[in-house]
Amino acid sequence: MSRTVYSTDVLVIGGGLAGCWAAVAAVREGVRVILAEKGYVGTSGVTATAGPGHWWVPPNPPELRQKAIAERHARGMGLSDPQWMARIIDTTWKTLPTLSNHYHFYTENGVTHYRGLRGPEYMRAMRALAIEAGVTIMDQSPIHDLTLAADGSVAGAVGEHRQLQQAFEVKAGAVVMATGGCAFFSHLLGSGNNTGDGYRMAVAAGADLSGMEFTNYYTVAPVRSNMTRSMAYSFARYFDSVGRELDIKPGPEVNEALAKALMRGKVFCWLDRVPQDIQAIMPHVQPNFVAPFDRRGINPYRDRFEVTLRGEGTIRGIGGINVIDDACQTRVPGLFAAGDAATRELIAGAVSGGGAQNSAWALSSGQWAGRGAARRRQIRTSEVVSMRISGAPLLSVEEVVTAVRQEMEPPAKNMFRSDSQLRRSLQRMDAVWAAVRDRPVSSERWRDQALRATVATARWSLNAALTRTESRGMHRRTDFPALDPHQAHRLIVSGMDQVAVCPHFALATPLEAL
Amino acid sequence: MIADLDPSICNGCGVCVQICPANVFDMGAGTPVIARTDDCQTCFLCELYCETDAIYVDPDCEAPVAVDREQISPLRGKFRRESGWGEQAAEHPNLHWRMDEIFRRAREA
Repeated sequence: MSRTVYSTDVLVIGGGLAGCWAAVAAVREGVRVILAEKGYVGTSGVTATAGPGHWWVPPNPPELRQKAIAERHARGMGLSDPQWMARIIDTTWKTLPTLSNHYHFYTENGVTHYRGLRGPEYMRAMRALAIEAGVTIMDQSPIHDLTLAADGSVAGAVGEHRQLQQAFEVKAGAVVMATGGCAFFSHLLGSGNNTGDGYRMAVAAGADLSGMEFTNYYTVAPVRSNMTRSMAYSFARYFDSVGRELDIKPGPEVNEALAKALMRGKVFCWLDRVPQDIQAIMPHVQPNFVAPFDRRGINPYRDRFEVTLRGEGTIRGIGGINVIDDACQTRVPGLFAAGDAATRELIAGAVSGGGAQNSAWALSSGQWAGRGAARRRQIRTSEVVSMRISGAPLLSVEEVVTAVRQEMEPPAKNMFRSDSQLRRSLQRMDAVWAAVRDRPVSSERWRDQALRATVATARWSLNAALTRTESRGMHRRTDFPALDPHQAHRLIVSGMDQVAVCPHFALATPLEAL
Repeated sequence: MIADLDPSICNGCGVCVQICPANVFDMGAGTPVIARTDDCQTCFLCELYCETDAIYVDPDCEAPVAVDREQISPLRGKFRRESGWGEQAAEHPNLHWRMDEIFRRAREA
């Protein structure tokens, strides 16, 4: 297959929330920008099916932000950095109103509600904004690998227009990795394209990762459904299979309690406490939340329905590519990371950033990375760093997916972790990695790369989880149930075949310095 | 997962082929066809973008489900309507901005 070659100043890989903001910020610096997306810019990524309410704190009086940051920093259990929190709050506050030409914000009594945007409309607006700003969008164009220059800096990427079966290379002065997180094939809503592609490409190019042990957040959903829109569950009551009400209260502990109940048997949810006026407007607040119930003839406010937990991986987990400067550059010169492709340890610490912090991070880190990338315009001679793939498949797509799901999804293994279980899971993932790393799985290159990325991400996560011999935030070790004050540091993970985990004693900006 | 694309309703515009994040559809003779059911991520977004409501997604995200066209007929377009997508916007306002208030009331309950 002959390759089409494109040349640009900035290549953004991934067209979700962070990628769109990166592309828009870069093109506004007056450079040429290509935004390459595996699926479609506007429907791909976890924002498009969600409805993020960004971290939204007014600048005045200044105590408001100081208080918000101090509270959030305390919950981060020593791993977050107040300076980065202050940056995303400020950038989010200044940015969202600029979307007004493309998103209809509701104004009530003279106050415009900028904080929360509904996903499909938000991402449709982001696409319109990117096109208006002059970004060249390539939909249905998965990237396979980065290319590097002789000096080790990034030189672009290779991929394919999958609907045309046309291979391409993009020669770029800089690359923003905005490929989202990795859901370990859990069927989390909207996460189909979130296979950790950016982690694999970045680490293969020499980048490292941070926070990979914090990859085990879960969200409730009706069984066999991916509908993890969870607002209504803030009113939920839960019951066992014989109808006894379980002692599970909405709040931060709900996941752990639900997981324990699910390990004992089926769990049923009842939303009878949702006030009638809210029930009535629900289809117009979260239309996708009501769709699965409608289609099964269930009235969730009247009928009890069975629920499950969907793993969020690094999506509402916090692990991702380590960034080394204010522009979110990675250890690979010219390679920047944004959104869930980047670590959110800086803003969330050891607990989930949830929708509010994560969307504020995506919007902010996207713009910083886009601007940082726009300042490196020099196109370099590229050498493709792809692994040579040969031989016959040893595993099928289904076998790989099943193996990952079996090790990474059950809360019994991944929420309540132990040395022995983590080692068993890692042994299996290492075996799968050995079988797929340089052999084909399917007949499609992009699909195989996504499988490899998810297996690699599972291995990084398990290695980090083994190393952190304590319980901190979402990382719970049944064999080390207590917080260890000597492990109040980040863990940096690197390497493809040989995975290394190193403690990183970063100095966070003290709160008082803000 | 994607369960139906009714060619008798479809106008052949092909927008689903373009916008599906999982590349589930191929352009067939005149109308798109469901080509890769197993790749569907059950995001329902094709239903929003389909102006004729020819597409129906079943909420089961783990395995394909066969549906009866007559049975699902009243459900067609409901999600797009309630979302206030496209021409539905005037009649079905986006009330997403009320989320904060709903969460607050849950905390107070």
